[in-house]
Amino acid sequence: MGCGFAKSDQAQLKQLNRGTSIVPAATAMRAALLIQRWYRQYVARLEMRRRCTWNIFQSIEYAGEQDQIKLYNFFGYLMDHFTPASSERNLISHIFREHDIGRDVEWESYKSIEVPELYSGPHLSFPMTFSNAAELVEAFKNKQQLHSRYVLQLLVESWRRLRILPNISQISTCHSKEITICGDLHGHLEDLLLVFYKNGLPSSERPYVFNGDYVDRGKDSLEILLILFSFLLVYPNDVHLNRGNHEDHIVNLRYGFTKEVLGKYKLHGKKILKLLQKIFSWLPLATVIDHKVLVLHGGISDTTDLHLLSRVDRHKYVSALRPPKSKKQMRSGLIGSDLEDNDPTYEFVGSSRRRVRSLTHTTYTVTRHEAPRRSLQVQTTRVTYSVEEELKKRRRQAGLSQSYRDLHNSTMNSDLDSDPDSGGELLDSNEDEWKQIVDLLWSDPMPQDGCIPNDVRGGGCYWGPNVTEEVLRRHNLTLLIRSHECKQEGYEFCHNRKVLTIFSASNYYEVGSNRGAYIRMGPDLVPHFIQYQANRSTRELTLRQSVGQTERSALKALREKLFAHKSELVSAFQVYDPEHKGRISLGNWASAMEAVLKLGLPWRMLRSQLVGETVDGMLDYQLWFRELSITEHKTELSNANLLETMYKNHSNLETIFRIIDTDNSGLISLEEFRQTWKLLSTHLQTDISDKAISDLAVSIDFNKDGSIDINEFMEAFRLVGGDLLQHEDDVH
Amino acid sequence: MAEDKDSAEAIVSEVHRKISEAFDVFDHEFNKTVDVREIGTIIRSLGCFPSEGELHDIIAEIEEEEPTGYICFEKFLPTMTTVLMERRFRPIPEDLLLQAFEVLDQQKKGHLEPEELTKYLTQEGEPFTPEEMEEMMSAALDPDRNVIFYKDFVSMMSVDNHR
Repeated sequence: MGCGFAKSDQAQLKQLNRGTSIVPAATAMRAALLIQRWYRQYVARLEMRRRCTWNIFQSIEYAGEQDQIKLYNFFGYLMDHFTPASSERNLISHIFREHDIGRDVEWESYKSIEVPELYSGPHLSFPMTFSNAAELVEAFKNKQQLHSRYVLQLLVESWRRLRILPNISQISTCHSKEITICGDLHGHLEDLLLVFYKNGLPSSERPYVFNGDYVDRGKDSLEILLILFSFLLVYPNDVHLNRGNHEDHIVNLRYGFTKEVLGKYKLHGKKILKLLQKIFSWLPLATVIDHKVLVLHGGISDTTDLHLLSRVDRHKYVSALRPPKSKKQMRSGLIGSDLEDNDPTYEFVGSSRRRVRSLTHTTYTVTRHEAPRRSLQVQTTRVTYSVEEELKKRRRQAGLSQSYRDLHNSTMNSDLDSDPDSGGELLDSNEDEWKQIVDLLWSDPMPQDGCIPNDVRGGGCYWGPNVTEEVLRRHNLTLLIRSHECKQEGYEFCHNRKVLTIFSASNYYEVGSNRGAYIRMGPDLVPHFIQYQANRSTRELTLRQSVGQTERSALKALREKLFAHKSELVSAFQVYDPEHKGRISLGNWASAMEAVLKLGLPWRMLRSQLVGETVDGMLDYQLWFRELSITEHKTELSNANLLETMYKNHSNLETIFRIIDTDNSGLISLEEFRQTWKLLSTHLQTDISDKAISDLAVSIDFNKDGSIDINEFMEAFRLVGGDLLQHEDDVH
Repeated sequence: MAEDKDSAEAIVSEVHRKISEAFDVFDHEFNKTVDVREIGTIIRSLGCFPSEGELHDIIAEIEEEEPTGYICFEKFLPTMTTVLMERRFRPIPEDLLLQAFEVLDQQKKGHLEPEELTKYLTQEGEPFTPEEMEEMMSAALDPDRNVIFYKDFVSMMSVDNHR
């Protein structure tokens, strides 16, 4: 048997098993050894599963972000090339329209909102006091909702406070004050409450720095903002809020914050969002402690210049996804160089960085040339190209990936949204400023030296240890504290402990996926970490159970991706199955999966969770897909192509729908629905006939009343079930 | 004959890919090295059941002349390939595992007290660390009766292992 037990031992074991009163030492030892050996193997396999699960989540998360930027670039491109008469343009011009939000008078209108007698939530009075703020925390802990009047009032006051703050706050640990630094919270109120419980509420004795990404993903983003703003108002010198990449209304459209606000505040939600749009742009960019420790959300690049950053008009950059207009980009022609840099599938030579790759296969690329200077409204020279024709032409001409330079040269040109604060014509320097800000909010560290575009997220860059050295040295700093990336232990050092990532949203991907942490730092500027995990039930779960839960969630998300790429996968499988027998070996399956999805995942390790039965090591792939695609939807969809496209672009679809739904009713008309699909299919270069779309529209109109409920639609098409190998019962 | 050779090569090549995948999961810097402390996890996740002593022997084999704390793939691959092809460190059958528990259950109660099990596993063989013991206990202990029904425990864990 070859397992450490000789035959004679086994016999001995059997003999002793007959109920002697003492276990001889040698036997006890052998039994213990066996159990230990077995258990350690078990733990190792769990650890492997945990790491794989983590990789899955991260790859899907980052691919989603990149998706968002691609979609956004596409919109921008369309905006510039639409004829004024085009109805499609109206659909998405909304996203670029920044209403005039500079006037105080408009915001004072909250005063006219009456708070009814029946309202049982907290009442705020201004100027706010500590007990007011503490009361608010309690109220939210008890799941109460703040009345919209108070929300607006609080936001207006916060705005007033924020706009007088510098871009980079300078704080000090004098008077032996320890500073607490928190990372991403992402709407996880329970984590913020846990931090306050363990560490105490903010006060002049207990200063806090919050490092961005307060919103999106979690369901209490607004409550977190309201709490943080309250303490900001009460202790303006002791609470510091940095901007994160999610403090951006465009990102919010996709990642849930917009939806949350509109859902909680049906009447005034839109106004709240508009105000927040402005407030986000006024959030400071960074904090420096004792002139030595730099705290900012994303990271740095080789060009990061804090002096420049301290001088910019930060509020001009309402969304980091929208670069400013500039002269330069208007002249920029087709740039043929730098091919090697931005192909998302490129493996960087030498230090081949195997990061997760984009799941979207759009080869559509934007190259800017001869962008008109004028606003679209004035522009009458463009005549009737249809969108498709125009894009085909551009694609032929372009056919190149964008270089990093191009990426921030390419801009969405829209004068519809001129910020009243910006005067006159903007200069090239705006572009540099914009790049500086995007780098600050979106970048990630990498192990190798250098500085390259962050193609995974689609914005900012990857920077290496040499860049850290240089930037820290240049500014006479000793440590960079940043957030932006989820870490299993809540924090992680890199770059010779010169860069510290702090992440405060526990269970970020799924219950049990990671701990959150915060930093305490005194005058010695040595960081101390406190870790935690919200959700009491996680601590009671055994290791095995918590891995299982997270894993199931990751696998479900992965299966959806697989299903979305079905046709490409089948083509890839058929390469290994030239006689179309419908079966391939597991080794070939793994190779094909990686070739198509480019996720850098260990397919052979994941195989047992993704693939059910195999016969002689061969997989019947058609059967496999049928098992994968167990969905629960109310309509019969004969068009498989459409279904696949829908799954692939789940989030994009929702984003577009929410944009279209201008009155935030949650409903869009059939006609709008049809137009959305046309837009999307252009973006994706897929071929979906008008008839197929019309059929789909009609079949989705569940009430047959000519309109489609967005939420119903999104729910109806989620992949449900299909968990082929679920042995475990649900654990709760 | 040629066919056999092809399929033998194919098998080895597939084994190589399996090893590479597992290795990459822990290659945090994407430079084909892993921390030596993760080697045990990698080897075990490939289906092997080495003892700690056997693990240390393997590590000694694949470490650099001057240990750096890192193991590089070049050295890991050939050794690991041999291990897999030879089916070294084979899995422990369920019934044998059960016997091991039964042996410790002197009084044939059908269960073990937590103190008993803890004593054996933290003092005998290749002792568990307190953390390892705590982890196993949390999965094994029946919360109502406060004992370990090892038969159930083994069955439960074996289901997992077949995933």
